[in-house]
Amino acid sequence: MKTQLAAWSFVAPALSVIGLFFVGPVLASLALSLTDFDLYALADLDNLRFVGLANYAHVLQLPLFWKALGNTAYFVIIGVPLSIAVSLGCALLLNSKLARFKGFYRTALFAPVVTTVVAVAVIWRYLFHERYGLVNATLGGIGLPTPDWLGNPVWAMPTIILFAVWKNFGYNMIIFIAALQAIPEDLYEAARIDGAGRWAQIRHISLPMLGPTLLMVSVLTMAGYFQLFAEPYVMTQGGPLQSTVSVLYLMYDEGFKWWNLGSASAIAFVLFVLMAVCTQGLLWLSRRRGAQA
Amino acid sequence: MSHTPGRRRWLQRVGAALGLALGLCACTREPASVLNFWAMGREGEVVAQLMPEFERRHPGIRVKVQQLPWTSAHEKLLTAFAGDALPDLAQLGNTWVPEMVALRALEPLDARVKGSVAVARADYFSGIWDTNVVDGTSYGVPWYVDTRLLFYRRDLLAQAGFDAPPTTWDEWRAMMRAISKLAPGQRAIVLPLNEFEPLLALALQQPDELLRDGGRRGNFASAGFQRALAFYAEMFEQGWAPLQSETQIGNVWQEVGRGTFVFYISGPWNIQEFKTRLPAEQQSAWMTAPMPGPDGPGVSTAGGSSLVLFRASKQKDAAWKLIEFLSEPAQQLRFRELTGDLPPRRASWAAPSLRDDVHARAFRDQLERVKPSPAVPEWERIVNEMQHVAARSVSRNVAPEVAAREIDARVDGFLEKRRWMLDRAAKATP
Repeated sequence: MKTQLAAWSFVAPALSVIGLFFVGPVLASLALSLTDFDLYALADLDNLRFVGLANYAHVLQLPLFWKALGNTAYFVIIGVPLSIAVSLGCALLLNSKLARFKGFYRTALFAPVVTTVVAVAVIWRYLFHERYGLVNATLGGIGLPTPDWLGNPVWAMPTIILFAVWKNFGYNMIIFIAALQAIPEDLYEAARIDGAGRWAQIRHISLPMLGPTLLMVSVLTMAGYFQLFAEPYVMTQGGPLQSTVSVLYLMYDEGFKWWNLGSASAIAFVLFVLMAVCTQGLLWLSRRRGAQA
Repeated sequence: MSHTPGRRRWLQRVGAALGLALGLCACTREPASVLNFWAMGREGEVVAQLMPEFERRHPGIRVKVQQLPWTSAHEKLLTAFAGDALPDLAQLGNTWVPEMVALRALEPLDARVKGSVAVARADYFSGIWDTNVVDGTSYGVPWYVDTRLLFYRRDLLAQAGFDAPPTTWDEWRAMMRAISKLAPGQRAIVLPLNEFEPLLALALQQPDELLRDGGRRGNFASAGFQRALAFYAEMFEQGWAPLQSETQIGNVWQEVGRGTFVFYISGPWNIQEFKTRLPAEQQSAWMTAPMPGPDGPGVSTAGGSSLVLFRASKQKDAAWKLIEFLSEPAQQLRFRELTGDLPPRRASWAAPSLRDDVHARAFRDQLERVKPSPAVPEWERIVNEMQHVAARSVSRNVAPEVAAREIDARVDGFLEKRRWMLDRAAKATP
């Protein structure tokens, strides 16, 4: 009993902080999502109505929500694998014994991660400007078509994916490099003796050994990519024709632009459930593969 | 223990210094009351320059100007309201007035205006004043105005065979048709798809109200709005206007300079922009003109900022003095010199510096014909949705009546809470 009390008193500070800054707000916003808290309620709490699940029903009926969900899914489904592939590719290149100036390249490739999204997004907006941008100047120079990257509903999301991948791949790259360095060298040696080529070594040694790291990186990257917000906020404001409105962007608009905190909280919870389901799905998939192997 | 005497002596010294400081404060004349004044963007930057004169005239009052960036001003005001931290007075975009009134954050001003010499209501352009009126009560005093009208290239219009800007829609149509035939690919007008003001101006020119039943429901399916939307869509269908948003157009001034288009519907700040951004030899090539209407000079939007007093302020009389001071024609003219903002009252426009400004003249004319948007807190969202549906329907060639019904359906959704509140209030007071 006494040891239990001691244990509780040791964890109490941490628990109270978690309770105050995480559990409390989450419960409060859950409660908020069941009301129609808005500007009128801010003026006078008499104007607050308990609406049950009406906010959720409203959100699920909103065409813009499905559009935003589609945009977010597009971003996640293309962006996450692409981002991980680029990270892994760069990590393998940097881990190769043939690579020179490793420190320099590692720093250079990691640099986008430490930049501020807003600042570099502004620069990307210039790079991808239809008429005066460097990208189109280059494409036009070699006779390729020059689309209006951020102004065309078809191209805006791919441009944002490209930006997000460029901005984020360095972080995963560092994790992959660390994991690659932890793979014992004798495994490769044994494989070489057995006559495995470079590609076979990657397939049968590097990738399986990276399994747990790959899973962790996938989960983290997916969670991060689901929360797409700053990129469209700075680069397109959700346009053109709402082709870059993400779920989080929709939540921001509902909550802080139109002050409908009730439906904004509902959107947040829908996104939360969605992310939880996807993460669980990923874990389940990896467990099943693990069981098979 | 050995350090105790030293510390005590030190404490004594600090105490003495504090006492001295307090004593000094007490020796100055009556303590000045400090007004907190929130102003936004460029206005917030320069309004401080008008304060020394005000403080000289009112020695008992000091003004602390707090500058807010426009992008976060709305959020800051609402959070300040929630946290009971609003200033004494503020600059408020006039479309935000109904919202702050709904929060009961603003002080009604009718009694003060009636007793005021400096704020002479009859001297203000009535359309602008009315943006501050909610249910018959005034809650703000217009500070500067923003309305939209035509900026156009005189030389290109002449090339197309016209020596004066349009005053009716039909004339305007004929000019745009002629301009688009000047050269292949020549555009006549630019209507950035993300800007609601051009369509709103066309809609305000119609006799039908934009909301019906006292702001309970949208009235966009009315014949008037459909006419406005059809004309708006026509400009894209005919190829007179490019299907682009502002970010795609990039540098509008440069494009106007190049003659990519002839007409541009915009606001007063662009007078200065065109003066500085177009080369000297092109300065005689551009001009401003009032908005053409369906059959004669038309109305336009009534934008701009107002000065408001907050209900929670404990220094309303002093704050009102500052509003009166900023409303004096002399101060408005100085303010215009500093910002380029146009004053909201006729007396200020009588000054030679404004009267003789050829580019401002059209604005003076237009200001007699401006119409406020419906005074409901949801308006900003409504007008954004209107533009969004309109932009999508012109991009996809949706018929105006279908788009208008769609806007109504969405707007009715936004107004659901308002209907519930109005009905409840009606039941409470039978």
